[in-house]
Amino acid sequence: MLAPSLSAVFFLLVIPVCFVVVYSFWLRSPYGADIPAFQFGNYAKFFDDFFYPSLLIRTIRVALETVALCLVMGYIPAYFFYRTESRLKPFLMILIMLPFWISFIIRTLSWINILGDSGLINHLLMKGGFISAPLPMLYNEAAVLMGLLQYLLPFMILNIYVSLDGIDKSLTEAAKSLGCTEWQAFKEVTLPLSLPGVSAGCLLVFVLTCGTYLPPMILGGPGNDMIANLIFKRIVGTLDWPFGAALSTILLGLLGVIVYTYNRYLGINQIFKTLQ
Amino acid sequence: MKRLSGWSLIKIYTVLIYVWMFTPIVAVVLLSFNSQQFGSFPMEGLSFRWYVKLSQNASILDAFKNSLVLGSLTSIMTTAIAIPAAMAFVRYDFIGKEALNTLLLAPIMIPEVVLGVALLIFIRWLQQPKSFALLLIGHVVLTLPYVLLVVQARLVGIKRVYEEAAQTLGASPLQTFWAVTFPLLAPAIFAGMLFSFTISFDDVTATLFWATAQNQTVPVKIFGMLRDSISPEINALGAVMIFLTVSLPLAAGYISRRFARGSGA
Repeated sequence: MLAPSLSAVFFLLVIPVCFVVVYSFWLRSPYGADIPAFQFGNYAKFFDDFFYPSLLIRTIRVALETVALCLVMGYIPAYFFYRTESRLKPFLMILIMLPFWISFIIRTLSWINILGDSGLINHLLMKGGFISAPLPMLYNEAAVLMGLLQYLLPFMILNIYVSLDGIDKSLTEAAKSLGCTEWQAFKEVTLPLSLPGVSAGCLLVFVLTCGTYLPPMILGGPGNDMIANLIFKRIVGTLDWPFGAALSTILLGLLGVIVYTYNRYLGINQIFKTLQ
Repeated sequence: MKRLSGWSLIKIYTVLIYVWMFTPIVAVVLLSFNSQQFGSFPMEGLSFRWYVKLSQNASILDAFKNSLVLGSLTSIMTTAIAIPAAMAFVRYDFIGKEALNTLLLAPIMIPEVVLGVALLIFIRWLQQPKSFALLLIGHVVLTLPYVLLVVQARLVGIKRVYEEAAQTLGASPLQTFWAVTFPLLAPAIFAGMLFSFTISFDDVTATLFWATAQNQTVPVKIFGMLRDSISPEINALGAVMIFLTVSLPLAAGYISRRFARGSGA
């Protein structure tokens, strides 16, 4: 019964990913097929020029920024879903999941309509007479973050909400009957119990940010590329497959270490629970 | 009084997040009706001209057809292989179950860009050209974990006693599956198929590695059109995509709720 799915994942995922690692040691040949080899030239190339490691560092920095902003923007709405008794709750929950159903590329490019020179914000500011020339808001890191956040915020909100939803509300009542204020009850009871969802959300957002190239490509400028952009350019653009494979291996290794460490101490099942 | 104001702040904050999240999406839909030459504000008048233009663009229609066929085949294939796996995980015990389950869910945690590169390099090593088949198998791997999660979750909720009753009455395991489990599982199967259809229909990150000029999906087509600048045509195409991939699951949810009520379950 497991044979079809296992062989699909084995032949189409496990072997190809292992093959990427193998390929990263091969030699690039400008003509025809790359040459099988075992040498570290592709990795040496990565560490020789500070440009490449700096992309990796930027990726990690942007991913951490995204995680932090997702937390700030996501915890309160998740808490709202947990506490609200509004009849609109199911509707609002569906609304927060709607972006999942909209293509990533549309969500990304939609920010051009908002931040662009003739986008909504500039249009309103100019019409109101606040500025005479459009403010340049696109093609910088802030624009990239907008795209990333809009893509990832629902993941964070849902992870936190699932965790909050599992908390017995009588615990807060108990804390309050023992003299806690609303805020103290939240700080001492609700917040600590919601941490599994918070950390699962953070991990998911971090991993997904590191693996994406669309927001930097569409909303970012030349200085906003992340590691996935470099992979895309090397594989699809310059056809430098061995180097692209080495870059993929480095990214995979980095995320592997993070996910492994996370799983070791916190357990990864929380994420799968939420995705249901 | 203090608690009330705290709660109002939470409400306002949540509303602001919604506004932030949906303004760009609403803008795409609004601007797609803009009669103006450029895909930007101000709105000058309502018109369907960009939709008409879309419907006359052969390469876009072609991409649409590709996306629809690809999404449908992906959802059928993925669900077909996910159901038996979900049955095995939920109904049987065997060695290494946890590890295998994690393995099948692994594609979620592997960056899509690496997934794209991996399959592409593998195909190249096998000396196969990029083709529609590559897109299809890629999308099956991409969507498998999600379908598996949906079907498993539902299967856990179906009591084993129904299946046991059928088997006591002499049904073979296969008969039991078709007569008892499958009908009970149908909503989850349907949801899983829809899920994988929309993921396949919307995917761009990995698909950009696998697509060719002959095998373009709509998101890949949009990506190609973006290189020039954002035109009203892109907004219109985006609006069509939004309408399609949003209304499908909403309609499905509505129908399945109607069914649930009708059968009294």
